[in-house]
Amino acid sequence: MNRTIRTASLAALVLVSGAAAAQDPNFTRNLAATCAPCHGTNGKAIPGAGQVPLAGEAQETIASRLHEFRAGTRPATIMHQIAKGYTDEQIKQLAAWFAAQKK
Amino acid sequence: MLNRRDFIKTLGATAGVATLGGCAGGASKARGHVVVVGGGYGGATAAKYLRLWSNGSVDVTLIERNTEFISCPISNLVISGDKALADITVSYEGLRKWGVRVVHDSVLGIDAEKRTIKLEKGGEINYDRAILSPGVDFLWDQVPALKSADAQAKILHAWKAGPQTVALRKQLEDLKDGGVYALTIPKAPYRCPPGPYERISVIADYFKRHKPKSKVIALDANPEVTSKKGLFTKAWDELYKGIVDYRPNSELRDVDVANRTAILEFDKVKADVLNVVPPQRAGDIVAKSGAKLANGRWAEVDWLSLESVNAKGIHILGDSTLSAPLMPKSGFMANQHGKVAAAAILNLLAGEAPNPEPFMTNTCYSFVDAKNVIHVASVHRYDAEKKTLIVVPGASGVSAQRNEIEAAYAIGWAKNIWADALA
Ligand code: HEC
Repeated sequence: MNRTIRTASLAALVLVSGAAAAQDPNFTRNLAATCAPCHGTNGKAIPGAGQVPLAGEAQETIASRLHEFRAGTRPATIMHQIAKGYTDEQIKQLAAWFAAQKK
Repeated sequence: MLNRRDFIKTLGATAGVATLGGCAGGASKARGHVVVVGGGYGGATAAKYLRLWSNGSVDVTLIERNTEFISCPISNLVISGDKALADITVSYEGLRKWGVRVVHDSVLGIDAEKRTIKLEKGGEINYDRAILSPGVDFLWDQVPALKSADAQAKILHAWKAGPQTVALRKQLEDLKDGGVYALTIPKAPYRCPPGPYERISVIADYFKRHKPKSKVIALDANPEVTSKKGLFTKAWDELYKGIVDYRPNSELRDVDVANRTAILEFDKVKADVLNVVPPQRAGDIVAKSGAKLANGRWAEVDWLSLESVNAKGIHILGDSTLSAPLMPKSGFMANQHGKVAAAAILNLLAGEAPNPEPFMTNTCYSFVDAKNVIHVASVHRYDAEKKTLIVVPGASGVSAQRNEIEAAYAIGWAKNIWADALA
């Protein structure tokens, strides 16, 4: 196999794996459902149960808090550990999704 | 007139047509009938989310033998006298409001070929996809003296919340000051890794406050505390010196029921209240379904869909599964299994592949006394190469120390997860 062909097949491989990684249309909905046991279904926490609701909060607020938790600059009992499970892109998606939910 | 069976058959037929027609995107394209067996943390969550995420386009029947949901998490506080059974009991009415057909019956068998489930009272039901979420059943063969119902009524497990929880509370109330409570803990894996250590902690707290001469003995089959070791042992040292006696490598062989004595390999331990958490395996219906079990105990599933690796169309959730690495058998995890399965089933019923990147989170809060809590948390994501979920590097940990703030969060978590599954 000469170099050009090898490069070409590599490029094809990258393309194929890129296609396989196409995100499920409900990826963010599913991701946000990991938060629901604490923050309520669709971010609507039970009032008075001491957990923070996320539904309808400003997108920038949710995103910046998650970044602060991840960086360890915001006091937390648990969110500093959980926030490390998500990438910048996923934080953006989560924040947009919760902001779009009805309060 | 259309009886239920015919009605469901008709639904099944419609589903076939819709599946053939449906190709692109959107969960609301999903049509069909999903039967969920077991209305605990996994099954109830799956039933609700199938309705929520399909906008009601998928029919869901939940088969559950109990008429109310009683939570295992927080049940140790009923045993310690800090909560009542009513505080951990939730109605199934909320699921009915979502349009879930809730049937209180027992399942005798499931036929993966014919896609039918046989009920004790209600005949046979057809399904397009089935979810089995029965929790655990006990390996009584490994504690032979406890095989009879009569023996099980005397030496309690209280490892499924309900009448056993109340009965264990009663035994502790009747215990004289100066009595001994002993708990046996099976080798991992078992339901709720920190549960036994929470139980001995809150019972020690009850003794400290009400029966200060009494003792707690933990006979652990494991070589060490299996969850939150540092935080639990610190609590026992600092709060329960002279009360808690923790003994590792102490595997139960059998029980002398009349004398409430735990029989170990080289030792016998007599107690006034003996509480045995027996070794466990996947619930009976999973064992009977033909689904592949690892070591005859836990169901092997495809982690993208929670479908059994061999019994097609049967998805298995929660404690019954052979856990992915560092994934505990917890109510929180069962909730997450329920959601990943619901999303995958809706895709499959619409003719789509399951989401290739599922995520799951876990948190187990444990009380070390009536007011202080410790947690362990982790975020898990699917790894396509390993074909299982792995903990996202760095995204796990435990509480810095036991604290009162998290006691409020723990109760708030319980209320939110109960609503997430059932309201
Ligand atoms: C185990 C329970 C639990 C889970 C799961 C959880 N959270 Fe939290 N969350 C908390 C607690 C508790 C706090 C308060 C801060 C702390 O003590 O860590 C919080 C705080 C927050 C805040 C700050 C709110 C404010 O206004 O101060 C945001 C934003 C947030 N969580 C987002 C999320 C997102 C997004 C997820 C899912 C990816 C998630 N949380 C999962 C328990 C949880």
